[in-house]
Amino acid sequence: MRDHQVIKVALVGNPNTGKSSLFNQLTGLNQKVSNYPGVTVEKKTGTAKLSNTTTAQIVDLPGTYSINPSSIDENIVLQSFLNAESEYPDVAVVVADVENLKRNLYLFSQIKDLEIPVILAINMSDQMKKKGITIDIDLLKQELNAEVLLISARKNIGIEALKGAIVNYKKINTSVIADIADRIDAEFFNKVKATFKEVSLYKAWLLITQYHNFSTIDHQLKIQIESFRKDSSSLKKMQNRETILRYQYINTILNKTYTVNVDEATGLRYKLDKILTHKIFGYIIFAGILMFIFQSIFEWTGSSMDFIDASFSQLSEFVKEILPEGVFADLLIDGVIPGIGGVVIFIPQIAILFLLVSILEETGYMSRVVFLMDKIMRRFGMSGKSVIPLISGTACSIPAIMAARNIEGWKERLITILVTPFTTCSARLPVYAIIIALVIPDKRIIGVFSLQGLTLMALYLLGFLAAVISGYLLHKVLKVNQKSFFVIEMPNYKLPSLKNVLFNVLEKTKSFVFGAGKIILALSIVLWFLASNGSELYENANAIVKKESVNLELSEDELNQKISSYKLEHSYIGMAGKMIEPAIKPLGYDWKIGIALLTSFAAREVFVSTLATIYSVEDEDNEDTIKERMAAEINQETGRKRFNFPVGMSLLMFYAFAMQCTGTLAIVKRETNSWKWPLLQLFGMTALAYVSALLTFTVLS
Amino acid sequence: MSTTIANLNVGEKGIIENIPYEMVPLKLLEMGCLPGKEVELIQIAPLNDPLYIKVNGSHLAIRKEMAQLIVITKRENLCETIKS
Repeated sequence: MRDHQVIKVALVGNPNTGKSSLFNQLTGLNQKVSNYPGVTVEKKTGTAKLSNTTTAQIVDLPGTYSINPSSIDENIVLQSFLNAESEYPDVAVVVADVENLKRNLYLFSQIKDLEIPVILAINMSDQMKKKGITIDIDLLKQELNAEVLLISARKNIGIEALKGAIVNYKKINTSVIADIADRIDAEFFNKVKATFKEVSLYKAWLLITQYHNFSTIDHQLKIQIESFRKDSSSLKKMQNRETILRYQYINTILNKTYTVNVDEATGLRYKLDKILTHKIFGYIIFAGILMFIFQSIFEWTGSSMDFIDASFSQLSEFVKEILPEGVFADLLIDGVIPGIGGVVIFIPQIAILFLLVSILEETGYMSRVVFLMDKIMRRFGMSGKSVIPLISGTACSIPAIMAARNIEGWKERLITILVTPFTTCSARLPVYAIIIALVIPDKRIIGVFSLQGLTLMALYLLGFLAAVISGYLLHKVLKVNQKSFFVIEMPNYKLPSLKNVLFNVLEKTKSFVFGAGKIILALSIVLWFLASNGSELYENANAIVKKESVNLELSEDELNQKISSYKLEHSYIGMAGKMIEPAIKPLGYDWKIGIALLTSFAAREVFVSTLATIYSVEDEDNEDTIKERMAAEINQETGRKRFNFPVGMSLLMFYAFAMQCTGTLAIVKRETNSWKWPLLQLFGMTALAYVSALLTFTVLS
Repeated sequence: MSTTIANLNVGEKGIIENIPYEMVPLKLLEMGCLPGKEVELIQIAPLNDPLYIKVNGSHLAIRKEMAQLIVITKRENLCETIKS
């Protein structure tokens, strides 16, 4: 197939237009998610077979209302059409929602003015009758001078026609739609035209107005652009004028081609809004949904997590049996397998959280939550839109911090990013679980509430409180001169599409597992290496211990154990633990806990597996034995249990506040584009952790 | 009668007269909030802020501080005039 043709297609559109449904419909499972170079914005690409000789390579660009970006995600759309030469699309498909055609045509008019082939796909056309909408498609095509199609991605209507239109993209008229430059400022645009001869006029205009959004611009072009940027207030005036003129133009066309019979429009939206944003019921419903989310994260995942836990320890056992003893087997059994297990065990919780959050987003309910919570969150220096990161943070801060992108005000976004790691993420759970089991008695209060469960709930509340209070403090302290603003669309309510939700969950879970997985796995291997190598004393451990215990009449097991603890003490990691011991002694910890604290700075959940390694437990993944070992651990100085109530509570406080996650630090660095903020988090949160652990331990003991 | 969006009651409508372009983001205009367009206040959030409006076919939520900047002429609600 020599003459096989590949067409590069870009899907563009407003949020909530069913763009993702169309993307899923066109590509099915032939899609992959990667990152745009240099930024963490997810790039969704996929392939679709258009005909026997043609394949489309489709990019699903982030949803946007305009090519003028107001967030990093939206900036990708601008970059795709202006910068990336190699990935420049052959044809753009603008997906529009039949109900909001006017606003969707605004974006369409901008893309069309780039003078590239554009197809307008009016989605959700199956709803037209119900909503009382009629469109004169032929006239609309003629007026827009473009290819226009009615489709319904969910009902699979018009998809074949769309594919046909993509195949024939070369026949699409590429003239500008709205020749409005002269009406904005003729003199200015004549100059622009004379200066930028190589690019289209609208492209030149975008280069001038969106100058700050481009990272790579050659020197010559830079000088040309700067000569037009002297008067920023008149530039903004021209942009406003452009917007008004575009809408005038669109209105004229829609008056001729689009009618909506208001009486037939159903009032479901208004009825639901009355209840869901009601001043009492609104909050009750939101609280109920939150409780349902937390309930499902814990109740529905217990057995599957136990299953994963058991499977990995069986796998370790199995590998131990089939492999000959040696370094490689040790690496697998003590390093790699528990490392992977430590990631996989979070999949059920993360998947359920993503499932519920993406259902709430698909239905349009999330926007109502933002509306309900904005005023409250503003007192704490955040925006209503911060609620989404704070909820997602209970699974993992990394995707949560990325979700803070659509907060417009820099200060509100920054505070959200800074406080999100306080929310109790799922990595803290295994730590909490084992310590609570050790130090909180398994009793019930008033017959119903389990004391251990209540402690866990209190820790969640503590996380939210810490987030909110530090938000308030940052709000008072931070001086940011950028004005914050807030505009959010309240989309129509929709039934979530199963396909979209499942694809979304699959994709997000996958990127979590691979993203966080790499760090945890690498760390487990490093940890294993540091624990199984050490100074001369380590190398000669066998001889030394045997010599020392010659008179003790130990059994072989006891002797081996003594050797392993001696080895640990003199391994590299043991030496590090000894080194920090003076600093953590006031908190009630010894050098062994110190090692676990150190390794936890890469990822919190490593705490349990580190202690497991340290207490040289044979079967690493069996929580009971780890717990038993921890319970049996004796404080050499007092002769009592190491993990008593004060130490346990002190550890809980430490883990509640400390910034122990390299993944989060890396994402904060990327999102804020500076080391200042992640370092502030690292030192600020850890100092808070240290002080609260110190106070807790001192008061309780 | 000139007033601002912030002074509308739920269900009331007005025509946008003037938007201080210097003080509002381009995004607001791009989402359809333009002079000459009809705006209706659909709902006020429980703590009196933000406001949920319908303008030029778009349903948007904006904060009161921004709504106070947008000057409108109140349109008397025909139905209510007839009823009373």
